[in-house]
Amino acid sequence: MQKLLAWIDDRFPLTKVWEEHLSKYYAPKNFNFWYYFGSLAMLVLVMQILTGLFLAMHYKPDTVLAFASVEYIMRDVDWGWLLRYLHSTGASFFFIVVYFHMFRGLLYGSYHKPRELIWIIGVVIFIALMATAFMGYLLPWGNMSYWGAQVIISLFDAIPWIGPGLAEWIRGDFVIADATLNRFFALHFFVPTLILPALVFVHIVALHKVGSNNPDGVEIKKKKDAEGRSLDGIPFHPYYTVKDVVGVVVFLMIFSAVVFFGPELGGWFLEHDNFIPANVLQTPPEIKPLWYFTPFYSILRATTSDMVTWVLTPFIAVLGLLTLVSVRNFLTKAAVLVISIAILAGFFTLEAKLWGVVLMALSLMLFFFLPWLDRSTVKSIRYRGWMFKLALAVFVVSFIALGYVGTKPASGLYKLIAQVGTILYFAFFLFMPWYTTYDKTKPVPERVTWK
Amino acid sequence: MKKILLAFLFVMAPLAAFAAEEGVKLDHVNIDLGDKASLQRGARIFVNYCLSCHSASYMRYNRMGQDLGISDELVKENLLFAANKTGDLMKAVMPADDAKAWFGVAPPDLSDEARYRGPEWIYTYMRSFYRDDKSHSGWNNLVFPHVAMPHVLYEWQGEQRAVFKNENGVEVFQRFDLDKPGTMSPAEYDKAMRDLVNFMVYLAEPAKLVRYQIGVYVLIFLAVLLVFAYLLKKEYWKDVH
Repeated sequence: MQKLLAWIDDRFPLTKVWEEHLSKYYAPKNFNFWYYFGSLAMLVLVMQILTGLFLAMHYKPDTVLAFASVEYIMRDVDWGWLLRYLHSTGASFFFIVVYFHMFRGLLYGSYHKPRELIWIIGVVIFIALMATAFMGYLLPWGNMSYWGAQVIISLFDAIPWIGPGLAEWIRGDFVIADATLNRFFALHFFVPTLILPALVFVHIVALHKVGSNNPDGVEIKKKKDAEGRSLDGIPFHPYYTVKDVVGVVVFLMIFSAVVFFGPELGGWFLEHDNFIPANVLQTPPEIKPLWYFTPFYSILRATTSDMVTWVLTPFIAVLGLLTLVSVRNFLTKAAVLVISIAILAGFFTLEAKLWGVVLMALSLMLFFFLPWLDRSTVKSIRYRGWMFKLALAVFVVSFIALGYVGTKPASGLYKLIAQVGTILYFAFFLFMPWYTTYDKTKPVPERVTWK
Repeated sequence: MKKILLAFLFVMAPLAAFAAEEGVKLDHVNIDLGDKASLQRGARIFVNYCLSCHSASYMRYNRMGQDLGISDELVKENLLFAANKTGDLMKAVMPADDAKAWFGVAPPDLSDEARYRGPEWIYTYMRSFYRDDKSHSGWNNLVFPHVAMPHVLYEWQGEQRAVFKNENGVEVFQRFDLDKPGTMSPAEYDKAMRDLVNFMVYLAEPAKLVRYQIGVYVLIFLAVLLVFAYLLKKEYWKDVH
């Protein structure tokens, strides 16, 4: 055995990789509940790839056959129903664990220097995941699959000049059709089996270069013992491998409870309107994406022309003035002025639908800038002041409220909630440079704690 | 962290209060897939009546037979009107094109109807047909106004008349009056419709017969695994301070 290992090590850095990334990768010893979700996200990715592989063996990406082939999987393929439920439930749980994983980053400032690149790669993973889920949702060719895709892809129409051509290029037809289904199937296989694992690999390589953050936001590499090992670190293997196994089992229990006892989850994970085949002539009463997209969908729908004129205009004016006062460099001042005026001019000339699309795109893109929007010297929420705590709480509430009203008709109270939620969502990001600067922080301890 | 979760629940609670439903009040139906006799009675009604015009074309006769404890011979003798082999899919007797010509719309496939509409909807719908001279077929339905389908089971239920009351210019449904009794009493008819809906819930998801049971085994296995996983973690972590 020893000889074999030596033989391999001469030709491939097996022991080196094992040590660097597992047995001698020192992770902070004080990881809490929120630190399970990274490994869980990887688990779900593997599960989705494997169940997806077997589903693809029976699925037919053809508008005439697709719906029936899913029903064939549900009824005639041995354990096909289980594969399908694992995959459909896995999609929702993927977003649950990824949202928790991202929230952990917000709580403990995991995007701060030196982890900016890990965060950015993570946001790319999140967007690739959204694209994958969106394309996968078309495949069963149910009525909601069809109309959901129809609505979302027609958003591209709102882009000036190139919009209609772009939408047509994505669909491969003038409407959602066989060409769309076929290419979505190809991409739904390609992105999660090749692109996502590659991105996850880079995400982890970057993480292991700088080391993990922790609930105290303390750099454990600063305090080392005589042998150069960090005092607050423990080897990832076996400590965190055995700990993550506990997390995995608890996760699988919750996951199985949904798969076996309520895979539709009352229409939240599998929508009732998707149990009839796509019908060009029959629009569902309420076209809505699945829950994990509804916060962003709400932002899109909240952006009416009234909203642009009466709310977004003063919002941008205030933000522009504040930036103008805060930056010192003359050139930057000029740039801020020009950009603000350009946006304001756009509010009065371009149609509201376009601004809805812009805001929806921006609501995702802003995550990329988080490492630079946050000016605090402290990473963890434990040592931050009330301003950040309040801002984060407001952000979480507005995100969930946006998600909820996104499943409802965009009128009356729901519309109002969506509009307030949209403003609060953007305020969290765009006013962050100020409230994190003026927020009173507490002293950060030298070593990690067990709180 | 507990504080965060508590604060979170506190803030989100009022949001749930906005959830409100509208539309016709649907009657509760007791679905019990363990009741094999009910499923068999429902299957008989479904194949004899519904399958004349509607299809359930994702389902095979012999699969239904196996699940409901009906032998292939019995399926062949009693239920196989629209097919030759027991392994065939449950197609409608009436060609879809003819149906479209007669009713104006092709009768929808009913394989997944119970998952699309929900059992309460079907149960209420089947009991809410009433005589309406203004409609094309002479029938109307409270749950599905101006539905193309006539009341196929009127011989069982009899003929109902809907009583509306005018409240501020809006016609509000009051009750059904049974003008002509059918061959079944109202209680018998409700029971037959419960059997039918019970069967349609099975039809929409045959895996439902097994998935609860498998789920219990899976959860028991995971619970045992959790104990060992937790003990292992504790053993390894006892020297971390």
